[in-house]
Amino acid sequence: MPAQRIDLPQGTLDLLILRTLALGPQHGWAISERVQQISSDVLRIQQGSLYPALHRLQRRGWIKARWGTSDNNRRAKYYELSKSGRQQLEVEKDAWEKLTAAVAQVLGTA
Amino acid sequence: MLDDLLFLLRSLFRRENVESELDDELRFHLEQEVEKYVQSGMTREEAMRQARLAFGGLEQVKEECREARGVHFIETLFQDVRYGLRTLQKTPGFTAVAVLTLALGIGACTAIFSAVNPILFKPLPYPHADRIMMIWYAGDDGSRVPQTFHTYRELTERSHSFETAAVMKPWQPTLSGENQPERLEGQRVSSGYFRTLAVAPVLGRDFQASDDVLNGPKVAILSDGLWRRAFGGDREILGQQIKLDDDNYTVIGVMARSFDNVLSPSAQVWSPLQYDTGNLVTVETREWGHHLSMVARLRAGSSINQARSNLDWIAHHPVSEFPRPAWASLEHGLIANSLQDDVASGVKPALLAVLGAVVLVLLVACVNVTNLLLARGAQRRGEFAVRAALGAGRSRLIQQLITESLLLATVGGALGMLVAQAGVRALVALSPPGLPRVNAITVDGTVFGFALGITALVGVLVGLVPALYASRGDLHLGMQQTSRRTAGSHQLTRRTLVVAEVAITLVLLVSAGLLLRSLQRLFAIDPGFDASHVLTMQVQESGHRFDADRARDQFFTQALEAVRQVPGVSAAAFTSQLPLSGDFESYGVQFESDPRADAEAGLRYAVSSGYFEAMRIPLRRGRLLDERDRAGAAQVVVLSESFAKRKFPDREPVGQRIRIGPDIGHPDRPWATIIGVVGDVKQASLALSDSDAFYTTPTQWSWVDNVQSLVVRVNGDAAALTPAVRNAIWSVDKDQPIVRVATMESLLAKSEAERHFVLILFEAFGLVALLLAASGIYGVLAGSVTERLREIGVRAALGASSRNILTLVVRQGMILTAIGVVIGLAGAAVASHALISLLFGVSRLDPITYFGVIALLATVSGVACWVPAWRAAQVDPSVTLRAE
Repeated sequence: MPAQRIDLPQGTLDLLILRTLALGPQHGWAISERVQQISSDVLRIQQGSLYPALHRLQRRGWIKARWGTSDNNRRAKYYELSKSGRQQLEVEKDAWEKLTAAVAQVLGTA
Repeated sequence: MLDDLLFLLRSLFRRENVESELDDELRFHLEQEVEKYVQSGMTREEAMRQARLAFGGLEQVKEECREARGVHFIETLFQDVRYGLRTLQKTPGFTAVAVLTLALGIGACTAIFSAVNPILFKPLPYPHADRIMMIWYAGDDGSRVPQTFHTYRELTERSHSFETAAVMKPWQPTLSGENQPERLEGQRVSSGYFRTLAVAPVLGRDFQASDDVLNGPKVAILSDGLWRRAFGGDREILGQQIKLDDDNYTVIGVMARSFDNVLSPSAQVWSPLQYDTGNLVTVETREWGHHLSMVARLRAGSSINQARSNLDWIAHHPVSEFPRPAWASLEHGLIANSLQDDVASGVKPALLAVLGAVVLVLLVACVNVTNLLLARGAQRRGEFAVRAALGAGRSRLIQQLITESLLLATVGGALGMLVAQAGVRALVALSPPGLPRVNAITVDGTVFGFALGITALVGVLVGLVPALYASRGDLHLGMQQTSRRTAGSHQLTRRTLVVAEVAITLVLLVSAGLLLRSLQRLFAIDPGFDASHVLTMQVQESGHRFDADRARDQFFTQALEAVRQVPGVSAAAFTSQLPLSGDFESYGVQFESDPRADAEAGLRYAVSSGYFEAMRIPLRRGRLLDERDRAGAAQVVVLSESFAKRKFPDREPVGQRIRIGPDIGHPDRPWATIIGVVGDVKQASLALSDSDAFYTTPTQWSWVDNVQSLVVRVNGDAAALTPAVRNAIWSVDKDQPIVRVATMESLLAKSEAERHFVLILFEAFGLVALLLAASGIYGVLAGSVTERLREIGVRAALGASSRNILTLVVRQGMILTAIGVVIGLAGAAVASHALISLLFGVSRLDPITYFGVIALLATVSGVACWVPAWRAAQVDPSVTLRAE
């Protein structure tokens, strides 16, 4: 485990979830594992906080949920990206890039 | 949007389902996590611990998920309501006190609002009512003087601001027929009256211009009430004739039941004015008399201010087609107001004062309930601490507490509506005769909405402070047993609230006190006559057989003879106007000693001989009017004392000569000689000194009035003699209506009905506030004693006598009272500004009132302090200290 972990900036969890689900339907635990993985364990996410975010995204209609069977033959709730969720991902990705670019520029010139 | 709604509904109605799905989902996650750790070589126990750590608080996550789903609020609302009801049931005493307090506050506020609403706020019940205006002739002193007919005609001809306009005057015809003759209330109106209000008869037709001409057809429109009562609601009435004052009138229309005639609420019948539109040059005509009210409807698009400047311009630019006599010169212009303002103008200050007072009462009620909730919150700290420990967030606790206070307010508001219903009935019953729109005072939709609004507001208001306190961060303290010793800051809030209560109560009591003193002062005023044992009634002659002055006089003379024969009557007389009855009639007076001056106005009394004796109006100089002073004898008058003193400051008034009323400007008419001077009499009200008056006899005046008031001085109870006196008059002629029967004492009391009405309300509000403030002081001290039992125990153990402890607690309460009084004094000094128009003979800073109120408050709060203090003094240190 790397010694330095950073807290997730506000609002970025949604983006990470959408990005993860873009690869295909997943259940909550898998999403949490995946997020940890791709962020190379740098980001510290309280696993619990994932679920309220999932429910929120579901309410907004960006992701859909259905019950399915997991690899180990257990009943699990799978989430997948909806059409509007796919669009939302693009929007948020765009916004994120713009933000980071802007911040980088400020940091670079300052 | 629809998806969202479905989601919400599904979550709501399949709550159990959704909850178990959430459980399943989270359990699956944890199991996966445990599995992961076990595979990496941990023991199952250690794995479970790690998984939980990584996950965070399970209940908290669930709560956040519910919140994220969005149903949280509604769902928890149900929960909170159920829970709230349970807790409130558990403390029935607290609940009852809080609910009743709120019911009283909300009920009183709603009742007053329902009375004030139709007068001040609700639009009048006519289309575009905001365009209806009243236009008055401006008097020398800026007062509203009735219009003359020719001024009205000039204005309608020359002004372009109005769509329609009308003039009207009161009319009291006697309806005769098969039944007993009945005097009706009615109006003589110009033909555009109903069109100006934008209403029309529901049956038949409206008046037309052709109805309203000199000697035009005798036609009448009936009110719905009269139509149903006197004519059985018969539709065939149209075109039929009814007998009014011995003349046949053709009924041409019936107004709708819903027609609310704001300008004369009791009018039952209308007939055209039929004034002479020609002949502007002769000035001694009724068409040039100031006795008409004028109403006008603004053209769409023109504003009241435009109309005002237009009227002003006309007033100051006379034209030759419309000559004006001196008394209708429009020298001071015209006064134009919206009908609503005009109707409310007399009572507005009183109503606003009452409204302000009732808001203060509601405020005291709220403060009291807030205090109760704070005390309760202190007792429930343990409960809140447990809930917080179990994962309830601060907002969740606040929501719970606000729900509880809203519940209290809702129940209180529901009861308050009952209080308001009763209050409205009482208000209408008590309402002074001058209160406009009494028939529009009901608990209607607007009032209900108002009650609902203040209930919600009150619910949140009283709940907010206690909720914020109860949910503060140091909840863990609540778990500790010793917390009672540290609970101090909510006591500070409670004390502040009590101080506020005392201050508001003082303001209310001072206002009530000032009004009480004003009324005392007023009733201490000598009206100028002896009101005790005097019965009065108005007698009207009706019918053509009384067209001649001689016949009129004969009837009144014979009636008087008959009345004087009634056993128990010691004196009786007729007068053209009766003091303090609402009569007010003045005529010009010209003095021979001052020939060039304009005529002055004086109240005219045409009185039969014996009037001064019956009223016990004292003679100051000369002699009184008597049997000698009849038509044909030398013209004589009696002046009021002030009038005589003002006109003849250094001369003997008796023997001086004047011309009165219609005789002015006629050198051929004889002068009337002043033969006596009598004491001043209050005519319009006890508060007003309209003391320029002259007395003449009915036969020496230019005509004999056909409506006169009888005053009867009796031995014993005045009211009891009513039937005998009435029968005596009817023994002369049984067809004459007798109305307005009242003892002089009741007229005297009624003349100050408005002040009295306001006083009753203020007394009631002051009393309620005083009780609430006393219970507030009691509650805070009782709470403080309970919390300080240990401290008191220690003091007692260290040797404080029970007297010391008593003093300690009482002083604490009295300090709060004193601070409240000081703040309240400042408040009262400011608030009493609003009462100025209602005060009489007392300064708004009247020290006696202020001291009296302070003494009252101090006494009551002293009693409220004594009870908890006495309890504290009984504390046995060995018991309290052992309990720790």
